[in-house]
Amino acid sequence: MEEILSLAKKVAEEAEVFSTTSEETEVQFEANRLKRLDTKQTTNIALRIIKEGKTGYAVTTRRDNAQALVDSAVETAQFGIAARFQFPGKLAYPPVKIYDAYVDKVPTEKMILLGEELIARVTNHTPAIVIEGGVSKGTVSVRIVNSRGGEAEYRKTFFGVGMEGNLIRGTDMLFVGESKTSCHVFSDSKEVADVVIEQLELAKEKASVQTKSLPVIFTPNGVAGALVMPLVVAFNGKTVLEGASPVGNKLDQKAFTDKLWLWDDPTVLYRPTSRPCDEEGVPSQRTTLIEQGRVKSFFYDLQTATLAKTKSTGNGSRMRGGLPAPAASAFIIGTGNAGYKEMIQEMEEGLVVEQLMGAEMGNVLGGEFSGNVLLGYKVENGRIVGRVKDTMVAGNVYQILSQDIAIGREAKWVGSFVQAPHIFVPSLSVASKS
Amino acid sequence: MTIEPIGRELTDVIKKQAADYIEVHLEESQACQIGYRGLGLESVSRSSSVGGNVRAMVKGGWGFVSFNDLNDLPGRLKTAVEQARLVGKGESKLAEVEPVIDTAASIDKNPAVLSLAEKKQKLDEYNQIIWSTPELRTSVIGYGDGYKKTVFLSSLGSFIVQERADITLRLTAIAARNGDVQQAGLSVGSRGDFTEVGNLHKDVERMAKHAVALLSAPHVKGGEYTVVLDPVLAGVFVHEAFGHLSESDFVYENEGMREIMTLGKQFGGEHLNIVDTATIPGLRGSFKYDDEGVPATRTYLIREGKLVGRLHSRETAAKMGEKPTGNARAINYRFPPIVRMTNTYIEPRDVSFSDMIADIKEGIYVKNWYGGMTSMEMFTFSAGEAYMIRDGKVAEALRPVVLTGNVFTTLKNIDAIGNDLDMNQGGGCGKGAQMPLPVSNGSPHIRIRHCLVGGK
Repeated sequence: MEEILSLAKKVAEEAEVFSTTSEETEVQFEANRLKRLDTKQTTNIALRIIKEGKTGYAVTTRRDNAQALVDSAVETAQFGIAARFQFPGKLAYPPVKIYDAYVDKVPTEKMILLGEELIARVTNHTPAIVIEGGVSKGTVSVRIVNSRGGEAEYRKTFFGVGMEGNLIRGTDMLFVGESKTSCHVFSDSKEVADVVIEQLELAKEKASVQTKSLPVIFTPNGVAGALVMPLVVAFNGKTVLEGASPVGNKLDQKAFTDKLWLWDDPTVLYRPTSRPCDEEGVPSQRTTLIEQGRVKSFFYDLQTATLAKTKSTGNGSRMRGGLPAPAASAFIIGTGNAGYKEMIQEMEEGLVVEQLMGAEMGNVLGGEFSGNVLLGYKVENGRIVGRVKDTMVAGNVYQILSQDIAIGREAKWVGSFVQAPHIFVPSLSVASKS
Repeated sequence: MTIEPIGRELTDVIKKQAADYIEVHLEESQACQIGYRGLGLESVSRSSSVGGNVRAMVKGGWGFVSFNDLNDLPGRLKTAVEQARLVGKGESKLAEVEPVIDTAASIDKNPAVLSLAEKKQKLDEYNQIIWSTPELRTSVIGYGDGYKKTVFLSSLGSFIVQERADITLRLTAIAARNGDVQQAGLSVGSRGDFTEVGNLHKDVERMAKHAVALLSAPHVKGGEYTVVLDPVLAGVFVHEAFGHLSESDFVYENEGMREIMTLGKQFGGEHLNIVDTATIPGLRGSFKYDDEGVPATRTYLIREGKLVGRLHSRETAAKMGEKPTGNARAINYRFPPIVRMTNTYIEPRDVSFSDMIADIKEGIYVKNWYGGMTSMEMFTFSAGEAYMIRDGKVAEALRPVVLTGNVFTTLKNIDAIGNDLDMNQGGGCGKGAQMPLPVSNGSPHIRIRHCLVGGK
């Protein structure tokens, strides 16, 4: 890395080298049986330069040709955008705990056992289910150095257990699933299995709905699938800068119900999305995006923040190995005071939406979503009566989140990116094939 | 460092492993990305990559090792075999194929040799068109091209060198008025030929104007409609709703699925024929050999409405007692090959577009791809453009719509197939963690009765 940096400094005013290496192991199950064992070793080196005021960028997996990497970056700098920012110098980073030495030591046999236990528990409940799943672990090392003396380095571990189950009766198919990730090793897979078993229980009976407006409870999975993506786009500093964000001109104004709080937080202990600094070497921080329904802030990387005359929030991210751009690290929706059970009990007729398919394919910028209920339940007179099919729900996230919604008091991590409670929406458009 | 001689050095070692089967993939690639957000170019980057993987099978279990570091490949072979041994407890079954030694003809259009300036010039022109449209707020353009060379060798004695190139371009126009934001998009692609994405000025202008038109367009009322799909969206439909069901890895070890997908079963009317083939030159899903070294084929999935075939890897073919179809593909060396589509389409019939809409009193005409997903039985796809059909005529524009349905009933509800087959080269296919994979799909215009449309 130092070699690349010094070669780059000869041809450019400023330079930054970002490198990641990772080692990953995954045991894969198919059709309820152990199928494959994968190990993956990856290296990536990215060079960003500022030459004659313009940004150049190149990335490689090769460790053997520093000069070629520098030449590629120089070529792109001819067309690059004007760099409005400075690389950060030497900084202190918050101590964010994301490394567990035990992850490296977990024997593969233990991972296989976790997967087998998961499958045994679920098939014991529903013998006809066909399960695909996996247990994975890995270590990622990140290092950043730049020409202003900035230097950041961290190591992170991750561990995950997940499964998808498919149950077929005639041509009727039911899909259930759950996953869980952490920087720590899980001692068992019971929690994942129990979520799936509950889904199977609730989906045992079939129920139908009419095309009309109904109250809807989004479970944490449902919230993550239907409501979060428009907010991820709208609070991105870049969307705001471009004038395309529906909340862009509402800073310090109320845009949502008082009950709504939203943070981006890369500092939560032992979460796979946490890190001490972002991918430009800016220290991590917890950023309040929505406070009591008011728009408090947006998230930024270095370049976008400078253009927007503000400061980076430490959200510079290199999605797919590209140039840094603002990206949320982990979205945390604040909990409320409603209980999930009470939400159901108080519902005369309505829906519980657990998984929505295709929700993100509509006009995400405008906050509109419309999706097929892949896994959802009908509520009648205060209890879940069965699973609905051939049903779509549609709405607008901004309208929904300014209604008189109820927010659950317990939050759950969905995947690694969203932590959400249940959300009760008094009225939503539901279309169904009767 | 080049991968061909590295591969040659392994031809003896690979045969000496204690595995039932073992294969090595090596890959070198270059890629270029150009992104616009707003008026100006936002990012330009170039990347180069080298890496590989080893996949071994012992007693029916797979071991897979991927890496960027090409040192100590014999050690990687050994690791893959050890991993497979830990997994395998049954019997190894792979469909018989002939070993192949071949260097597939080199590509003639390599986007990597064009200068960045040439590419940027064209994208600037498109962006100017978008920005000259009144009420347009901003634009997003993502261009990517890539070239790669792969070496495949296996314990059967195969040694295959292939090259491929790919271009994708996605343009989005975003219009805004009084806090209302609407967007329209265009996705195109080619097999490395830049001129195929270089003449889109009219389409870009239409797209930008449509984004603005959406600001005053009404929402569709949710419910069941007769829907006419243009070739692009019908192509997405056939890919999502039916294509994924034809991928045998979902079927071969799932009793329920095997029953649903019994060959000979009637899935649609006699006018319905669906094909998947990687043998058509110039399409993004085409190749000479798949990533298991199996030659590309042409596979009828549905013929005269009946299920007659499916897509296979060597493993799924062996376990179902069918012939391999050459559909095992991986997006790159970081992943093992899995069963994927190539170029999938509905064969044309004889109904003209005007006849198709003539007797529709109230229906919806949907055009252009925005996205699609499937859960086997249920599918969802969204249209970039939608219009009401009233009294046999295309009427007012609607806000974007999402269509959803059950594949088994929907295929039977196709009651007219047009005469204007067109292949869509935009987008890419995702399955598991592997996306985007270059594929194409196509169809003539089709009409579907009783299609569920989401709305207010």
